[in-house]
Amino acid sequence: MIVSKMVKKSIRWHIQIKSVVLHIILLLGTAISLFPFYWLIVMATRKSSDIFSYPPKLVFGSQLWENIVHVWLAINFFGAFTNTLLVACTETVLVVFFCSLAGFTFAKFTFRGKNPLFVILLVTMMIPSQLSAVPSFVLMARLGWVSSFKALIVPGMVTAFGIFWMRQYASSSVPGELIDAGRIDGCGHFRLYWHIALPVLRPALAFLGIFTFIHAWNDYMWPLIILNDPAKYTLQVALSQLNGIYSTDYGMVMAGALLATIPLLIIFLLGSRHFIANIAAGALKE
Amino acid sequence: MSIMSPPPIMEPPSDAVIPIAIAGARRHSTARHAIPLYLSIAPFYILFAIFGLFPLAFSLYLSFQKWDGIGTMQFVGLHQFTYLLTDAYFWQSIVNTLEIWLLANIPMLTVSVVLAFLLASPLVKLRSFYRIAFFLPHITSLVALAIIFSSLFSNQFGLLNALLTVLRLPRIAWLSDPWGIKIALAAMIFWRSLGYHALIFMAGLQNIPSVLYEAAQIDGATSRQIFARITLPLLRPVILFTVITSTISGMQVFTEPQVLLGNDGGPGRQGMTMVLYLYQQAFANYQFGYGAAIGWGLFAVIALFSLLNWIVVQRPGKHQS
Repeated sequence: MIVSKMVKKSIRWHIQIKSVVLHIILLLGTAISLFPFYWLIVMATRKSSDIFSYPPKLVFGSQLWENIVHVWLAINFFGAFTNTLLVACTETVLVVFFCSLAGFTFAKFTFRGKNPLFVILLVTMMIPSQLSAVPSFVLMARLGWVSSFKALIVPGMVTAFGIFWMRQYASSSVPGELIDAGRIDGCGHFRLYWHIALPVLRPALAFLGIFTFIHAWNDYMWPLIILNDPAKYTLQVALSQLNGIYSTDYGMVMAGALLATIPLLIIFLLGSRHFIANIAAGALKE
Repeated sequence: MSIMSPPPIMEPPSDAVIPIAIAGARRHSTARHAIPLYLSIAPFYILFAIFGLFPLAFSLYLSFQKWDGIGTMQFVGLHQFTYLLTDAYFWQSIVNTLEIWLLANIPMLTVSVVLAFLLASPLVKLRSFYRIAFFLPHITSLVALAIIFSSLFSNQFGLLNALLTVLRLPRIAWLSDPWGIKIALAAMIFWRSLGYHALIFMAGLQNIPSVLYEAAQIDGATSRQIFARITLPLLRPVILFTVITSTISGMQVFTEPQVLLGNDGGPGRQGMTMVLYLYQQAFANYQFGYGAAIGWGLFAVIALFSLLNWIVVQRPGKHQS
């Protein structure tokens, strides 16, 4: 009895040490993972002379408001912000609509040529988009879409990944009986989609929406190529210009980077639980 | 064709369809019913034809031309490709891209597997907090990230150099040194993709049956043995997936060097990646034909390394089975 108690005690002790070590490692990792955000805020609240001083100032300063005002005076930040919001929201709505409609159709109906069409869709996911950066730009120039948001929105308004994702979700979650019942009641295809599929697909729509929004918000190379008019700049392009021109005014550039990052952090934290679970599951399904 | 091959599947005569349609295939399409179905999937294929397929074909055409984007095109045959193969800057950009990829992804994939293993431990409290904390970098924009890291790695007053000074070590001119530049770029890739990959590995870990772990524990296996003998081998398909996707994205690195170092890739062009070179040639120097040719070179390199990856990661698995 006494021996077994001692063994139990030593095992419990052993597990506790393990748990403490584990959490120390994880907390260290968390600190490294979050430090650049902390540092961004520190720099955004300081003067450039503080940032360039030694020893470095590691706590928040009081210059945030001044830095933000400088950003607003230096570039058309509000314009870039609304441009980005407009592009990202439009693209998100279009992607969610077109991909869920196509994914639902692929998941629940049979029609001639369905399988080859789906294989084509999967193959297109493997083509790197940068390969055709030059001809795509020439095409946009011919269409008269240079410096137009159409060039950012239209090519990406329905994606292979989105359709694939929606098909996977719809095939397991939309009940076939409901579709049949809808059919008997005389529903056409689009009414079946709207009244039966959409309500069930809501969690998948939320994920695809957040995913698309984040990508559209952060997109850089293509907007950099296509937007030549400063009035049409998106946030990322404007931020990169700010960094290029005012590279000595660190505090201001950091305030700009902070302002451009905050909306995304908010959206992510609102939907994080759902989003994180889905992104890993989605990756493994591919 | 051998005699034993199964008979070809015949299209059923039209009157045979009716009982099947009643029995179960209620969603089977007739020509009239199929129209809305094709309309539903059409947008993707139409857009892909215009903005995917056409540029691809046009890219092939362009790569046989010399063109600045404004004047008239001039057919130059294979000249752009022969020039590409002898262009020292292009080869340097391939080497740079690979070096950055290795520096970033080998530590990143290793650490993320270990991190996933730690996070999956039943001892972990507040797991969702850690998941968010490690995933947060992945949604940060690359432009903001490059700006933040430019201050960490700054030659004179960067935080890393301040740390080196505190430790009484000599400062390093990170953003002028050939390896310093690559380490800075690799650090960004590492930081941004670690949590994302750890999450993918965690999902992979959840697919491993817990019976195996319990059996190993009963047999007295240590954590390290369990990790090496059970977790790693069963995680192989997920590892293959992450290696291939991180290779494809690693071959396309653009924003980090462009924002951190500019269109020329910094001192000694040490941060010049393949896609940055394409951008510089096409959109800073207006060599549209050459830019298109670089695009095909890029495609060849990505295809080659994806294949190589696949062979390397696949092979040990075959020995075991």
